[in-house]
Amino acid sequence: MRILCCVKRVPAPGAKINVTDDGQAVDASHLGFATSPHEECGVEEAVQLTERHGGEVTVLTLGPPEAAEQLRYAASVGAHHGVLVATDGSAWDPQRTAVALTDAIRRLEADDGPFDLLVFGNESADSGGFQVGVRVAYALGRPIVNGIKGIEVDADAGDGVVRARREIDGGFEVYELPMPAAVGVKEGINLPRYPTMRGRLASKKLEIAEQASDAEPGGQSLVRLHRPRETVTETVILGNSPEAASAVVDVLEELGVV
Amino acid sequence: MLLVVLEHDRGAMDEAAREALTFGRKLAAQMGEPLHAALIGADDAELVAEAGTFGAEVVYTVIHDVLSDFGPEAWGEAAAEMIRQLNPGAVLAGGSERGNEIMAQVAARLDLPMVANCLEIDLDSGAGEWAITRQQWGGSLLEDARLVSERPLLTSGLHTLAAEQAEAAVEPVAQAMEVDLDPSLARTVVKDRVVLEAGVTLSTAPVVIGGGRGVGSPEAFAPLEELAAMLGGRVGCSRAVTNNGWRPHSDQVGQTGTRITPEIYIASGISGAIQHWVGAKASKHILAINIDPEANMVVKADWAVIADLHEVIPAITEEIKRRRA
Repeated sequence: MRILCCVKRVPAPGAKINVTDDGQAVDASHLGFATSPHEECGVEEAVQLTERHGGEVTVLTLGPPEAAEQLRYAASVGAHHGVLVATDGSAWDPQRTAVALTDAIRRLEADDGPFDLLVFGNESADSGGFQVGVRVAYALGRPIVNGIKGIEVDADAGDGVVRARREIDGGFEVYELPMPAAVGVKEGINLPRYPTMRGRLASKKLEIAEQASDAEPGGQSLVRLHRPRETVTETVILGNSPEAASAVVDVLEELGVV
Repeated sequence: MLLVVLEHDRGAMDEAAREALTFGRKLAAQMGEPLHAALIGADDAELVAEAGTFGAEVVYTVIHDVLSDFGPEAWGEAAAEMIRQLNPGAVLAGGSERGNEIMAQVAARLDLPMVANCLEIDLDSGAGEWAITRQQWGGSLLEDARLVSERPLLTSGLHTLAAEQAEAAVEPVAQAMEVDLDPSLARTVVKDRVVLEAGVTLSTAPVVIGGGRGVGSPEAFAPLEELAAMLGGRVGCSRAVTNNGWRPHSDQVGQTGTRITPEIYIASGISGAIQHWVGAKASKHILAINIDPEANMVVKADWAVIADLHEVIPAITEEIKRRRA
């Protein structure tokens, strides 16, 4: 299988997020960077699929030159190729990003043949536009379903079928996408592995192919980022020992949930 | 008109659709336009009437073979075709997973910008320009954005406002539309569904008992399970817990997990990292159990018990048993 996985470099999730004085970006001076969580799982899934079915994983990112780190990380956990569409570091809007990725995929496919599967994250952890994967898949004529937390490939059915699971309340839905196909995956589809020493060494040798993009800005542009107003909560301390259980149950009774 | 695309699952309206109607009603009033709604793959009188209670004056319905169940491409093309025929001034859906997905499909098909998870929208200044405040990082950061578009495609931030019916319900006009949909769109329609559990789920539970790293092991969740079962609730957990493989990811509360909306969330042994808070903050009340009085979850909670969850949770269970006896 030839699998292409799109990833985004984002400030490492979990920490408090501050904004630069001009409101134009996240203040990353005290933050590390990581692959957006859904996409980290996307890379893991792609690697697992090639381990089962053979083939190669190409990881594509659009971002500042430093996003090469995320490509190397992907290589350290088993991806085979890395492609960087370098920006000036400014945040590209979803339409522009989608056009640039679509162009990049077309070039890669023109050189080396079509990908059987395109893997996107359901949404990026930072800007959360919820649309780039869908736009790219549509432009390339590939079927896509988002919210995927399970993938099986049946290579023997016709031109190949991707059976994809999507979580719903109390169960899951099953989709069957004819290949070549695309999916938007979510964290939880797997537990990504950690890089091995051998993987780390291999990733240093990864040759990163660079592409340029002349995609035009779309209709949405950033004015400024700001932190939401913090609501100050007066926390009532019910106790400092298990004896507080009585006060807790009083609260539960008051709310009518006991 | 402002057109709200209604999310429903086999005829059951999604809460996100009600939120979108509520958001849309205010936006439509700002725009001085009527509120209309689009119902895809259903024409139930009940759904139409419910849209009316939120102020939708006209509900357009479309029924087609490829809309027999949810399918993002078929729903997206159906909505896009309705928009081509109706020429609405703006289009809105709920900011749920499906709502955002449908709108992305519409945006791709109409080649228009789409702005997801909006909180506030300021009117068109006359030149097709809109000022929007939207969520980044699941709502822990806000973005003021400028949108240049003759037809804004928007979704409203999930659970950022409470669904509210209109003061005066209207009896909506149901209007069936004909749309031409290619049979090949069936390629992404749901093929099968598997129900793993009936009853309350994490996203609908009235009580959620959350456990974090402080719980310590998969086995140590048993007392949380017991308390949740006793209250007709569900156990949730933090990202640290799923990353350790202690609980399935479907139990995760957070930006990359489930957004919960219980009457009360009892967060035990959870420090309250931003990404967890994003999934928990729509809880109506929060009670934190933590040995650290400075923990973010404690500071943001309505009530807190500063003690070891391994002692407090069983004590709560015993107290409930005692009072019920």
